[in-house]
Amino acid sequence: MFSAIDNFPALMIWLPLLGAVVSFLLKKEQQVKQWAFVSSMLTLGLTVTSLFYTGQSNYLLTQVSYIWLPSLGSSFTLSLDGISWMLCLLTALSFPLIFISTSDASRSRSNAFYGLMLMAQAGLMGVFLATDALTFYFFWELALIPVYFLASMWGGERRIQAAFKFFIYTFVGSLLLLIGILYVYLKTPEQSFSLSAFYQAPLSAQEQGWLFWMFFLAFAIKMPIFPFHTWQPDAYEQSDTAVTMVLSAVMVKMGVFAMMRWLLPLFPAVLKQYDNIIIGLSVIGIVYASCLAMVQDDLKRLVAYSSIAHIGLMSAAIFTRSMEAWQGATIQMFSHGINILGMWIVVALIERRLGIRKISELGGLASKAPTLAILFLVVAFANVALPLTNAFVGEFLMFAGLFKFSVWYAAVAGLGIILSAVYTLNMIKRVMFGSTNAATVNFGEAGRPVLIALTVIIVIIFVTGVYPEPLFNLFESTADALLRRILIR
Amino acid sequence: MSKLIYLVPLFPLVGFLLTGLGRNILTRTLVSVIAVGAVLASFVMSLLIFREVGADGFQPQVVKLFDFIKVGKVDIPFSFQVDQLSSLFLLIITGVGTLIHLYSTAYMHEEKPPHFARYFAYLNLFVFSMLLLVLGSNYVIMFIGWEGVGLCSYLLIGFWFGNEAYNDAAKKAFVMNRIGDLGFLLAVFWMMMRFGTTDFAQVFDKAPEATAAVLTGITMLLFLGATGKSAQIPLFTWLPDAMAGPTPVSALIHAATMVTAGIYMITRSHVLFDLAPVTQNVIAIIGLATALLAATIALRQNDIKKVLAYSTVSQLGYMFLALGVGAYTGAIFHVMTHAFFKALLFLGAGSVIHALHHEQDLRNMGGLRKKMPITHITFLIACMAIAGIPPFSGFFSKDEILTAALLKNPVYYVLGVAGALMTSFYMFRLYAMAFRGEFRGTEAQASHLHESPSAMTIPLIILAVLSVAGGWVGIPEVLMPHAHKLQAFLAPVLEGIDGPAEAGHHLSHSTELMLMGGVLVLIIAVITFAWKKYSKYERSEDVKPTGVARFLENKWYVDELYEAIISKPLKSLSAFMNLRVERQVIDGLVNGVGKAVQYGSRQLRLIQSGQVGSYILIMVIFLILFFVLQLFWNLQ
Repeated sequence: MFSAIDNFPALMIWLPLLGAVVSFLLKKEQQVKQWAFVSSMLTLGLTVTSLFYTGQSNYLLTQVSYIWLPSLGSSFTLSLDGISWMLCLLTALSFPLIFISTSDASRSRSNAFYGLMLMAQAGLMGVFLATDALTFYFFWELALIPVYFLASMWGGERRIQAAFKFFIYTFVGSLLLLIGILYVYLKTPEQSFSLSAFYQAPLSAQEQGWLFWMFFLAFAIKMPIFPFHTWQPDAYEQSDTAVTMVLSAVMVKMGVFAMMRWLLPLFPAVLKQYDNIIIGLSVIGIVYASCLAMVQDDLKRLVAYSSIAHIGLMSAAIFTRSMEAWQGATIQMFSHGINILGMWIVVALIERRLGIRKISELGGLASKAPTLAILFLVVAFANVALPLTNAFVGEFLMFAGLFKFSVWYAAVAGLGIILSAVYTLNMIKRVMFGSTNAATVNFGEAGRPVLIALTVIIVIIFVTGVYPEPLFNLFESTADALLRRILIR
Repeated sequence: MSKLIYLVPLFPLVGFLLTGLGRNILTRTLVSVIAVGAVLASFVMSLLIFREVGADGFQPQVVKLFDFIKVGKVDIPFSFQVDQLSSLFLLIITGVGTLIHLYSTAYMHEEKPPHFARYFAYLNLFVFSMLLLVLGSNYVIMFIGWEGVGLCSYLLIGFWFGNEAYNDAAKKAFVMNRIGDLGFLLAVFWMMMRFGTTDFAQVFDKAPEATAAVLTGITMLLFLGATGKSAQIPLFTWLPDAMAGPTPVSALIHAATMVTAGIYMITRSHVLFDLAPVTQNVIAIIGLATALLAATIALRQNDIKKVLAYSTVSQLGYMFLALGVGAYTGAIFHVMTHAFFKALLFLGAGSVIHALHHEQDLRNMGGLRKKMPITHITFLIACMAIAGIPPFSGFFSKDEILTAALLKNPVYYVLGVAGALMTSFYMFRLYAMAFRGEFRGTEAQASHLHESPSAMTIPLIILAVLSVAGGWVGIPEVLMPHAHKLQAFLAPVLEGIDGPAEAGHHLSHSTELMLMGGVLVLIIAVITFAWKKYSKYERSEDVKPTGVARFLENKWYVDELYEAIISKPLKSLSAFMNLRVERQVIDGLVNGVGKAVQYGSRQLRLIQSGQVGSYILIMVIFLILFFVLQLFWNLQ
């Protein structure tokens, strides 16, 4: 018998997809907006509920499997564990926040816009849930393709170039991933795509070596890790901010998450060999991106580089393969998503109101919109990981893990802590403080939707930052199970 | 009572939330009541706790509130440490804090209500953070407070955010603090790796097992943290700039409490530092060097707050000297007396600035003693205290530090005395320029000259009483046997390891008395000289100072040096990476690949219709079909 409880993971994909279809069929912009919001709220409700109605056996919260392509040895398997739930929650939370905070933006073909957005949401959910390699790859593409269209059809003047660059990068990554998956598949004893079969595939160290790099590149481009990152500032800058939000808050987590579930546990034999290269690249990326963030004049590019720095720390932490670093990375995936949404909401508001993104042309907004300024300040300080905000918990644990791995990596990565303060405070100073100019003199307080979205974000920031323990408990067993797989062999 | 310890930080936290969230609705009076009341309530609680801690047979307690981070082997509870050291700091923070909150209600009265409320919200938040800092029972909770006070300092320095220079000062303070914070954090990670815990008691238990190199590393990193927060070489340049904030803020944060966090932290960690003599020597030398450097700069400053700021840096240097020679009680003693007299000096300066409508230049003051009698007398008392005239408080604490320095190394003593003489000179130069002689300001200022309202003078009077009597808890053995109450009080925390005197060195009483007397004579001579010289100060048309004077006036060009060797190169490097590395090297490679692909795809384009919308629709329909089929499949 069909029961909702068993099928939670499928519903979490199904619902946004249904939302997407309805959006395509709606005509009026207002209707589409309302529908998209309702749909995303339903998904959020479902995701939150799923935690309470799933049985907890082993580390999996729940798992469903449908027959898909039995002849190929692939089944449509979705598993909800602690880590994937955290990311599903991030996906489910992000979309309503994005929709509400950008609700006064007007676009042409809005039905297609919202339809594609919801499709991307379905794809993202699938990526975080799938435990069958073919299903995983299917959703990986399902998440990317709508975003590619979104990035090329709406946004700034140079969006086509930016979207093309984004497409090329991710296309190369996807291709490598597909070849890698097929190779591992052929090596599995029973010709199966299931994750457990992949984990047990007999691969020689040499095979693991080059397969590792194929998978790694696909994920590294997505995150992105230095030096595969140059698509990102362009894409963030040129896309519609709602799309940028999806990209930066949720999509980059596809890569981070995939490393935890689809990379390290698959090729444990070669990690010792390559971990220094990857942690090294990540750490260089932290400092490099932080330095670049300091000299950006475009708000969107600044946030983009800041994000690259944050992601660098996550990838370094994951490759240390320590419990605290993994827990830190998991909570930070969520926190980073929430915080960067907060940053984008303010950037988008400024851009909508004034048509300006250049830091040098702004100033004095705090005197015109004090509440907005205060909320922005809180988000900005969460972004620099001030204690009692969400990001501190994650960064603290990741640094603790990195320090154990190597003092020097931790010390160099630590420069990012200082540099992040430099560019963030510089931005606050030049955007919010100081005196107004001709462009900013008529800036007013933010509207209610934006203030509500920011307030929700800030509540999450403090709740996660002050009492993160329930979340750690949630994904402790998942991280433990994955790490054991990595460390045993 | 110690079980209720969480109330101490809770009151200011609630005060912060109420004044912060209600900033648009609350009147100034309500804000004042809430904010002052919150800190006062916290002070009353601190008094009760202090009484309990002071009772016989008290055992230090750790009160756990909840698990903060408990992951794998990492276990960091949110818990508070109640013992002699923390309870003493609670008293200083909430006591001086209450007075300064009260003072601020008058000082900030010109602000519009929302800004008035914002000011007090920040101030309450600061008290909350500072209390967390001293209450935490592990290094992580301490670090929460540690960064929290840095945040509040940033917010309050840049309180008047319309002013670019103030914003720069705020940013500089935060960034320099963060450099120190990185050191602190790395020390914490090192402890976690080596000892598996950040809990004070456990770390100290396990410390003797660690190698000297590890301990030196950890303590040096902790000390780096302290140099940021407590404005020591090389991270001291933010503190003078921090004077951009409202003057009561300078009194509370940048004189009495926050900047002493480094001294608290090192005293708290004395077990580690006692095991790392190399670090101790570094601390003593840096402390002494900072004391002297800042004192020389203070000699030539004309902004009343700048003189006090450099004086604070210099006095903090003395406290570090004390820590470095192992005289922990002496350091804490000086923290306490300094909190009284330096807060008093700043509030007195604030009273003057308030009366003169934001005039801070000493050259435009003079003769204020006639119009501002309470400010004048209390300020004079504070000057006596900082100069070290008995029986004012500063005499006892400074004497204790200098004696300890002498036992460790006579050179420290001689240089320490030289610094003390400079202190007397610049303080009485300041006093004489502001209060003696004739008024040199404008007519308008002269006609409005008035004593400040009682909300400002009452804190001055209370602090003046404390600046006199505060030192009597630590009267040295040589003057009165067994009268050093503070030492006896702190002994359980410091476990007897306290100062070189304990380690077997001793000074005969006659030598000690002789040195004390000699120094006193010198100090009085310097004071007389400064008093005479600057009481007759006349504004001479700006003569450009030359040589040493110019060097000192420009603060040894330290800011310029940092700009040239750190800020500028970092900016150029970043700009270079942005223009060359990013755009040309990395992006160039990608674009090359992109062009090749573009060429190939031109051939494929022929089979595409170009109707993006229809592709998507078809894609979605197939997906839905697939799901529906699947669901039915499953149901059967």
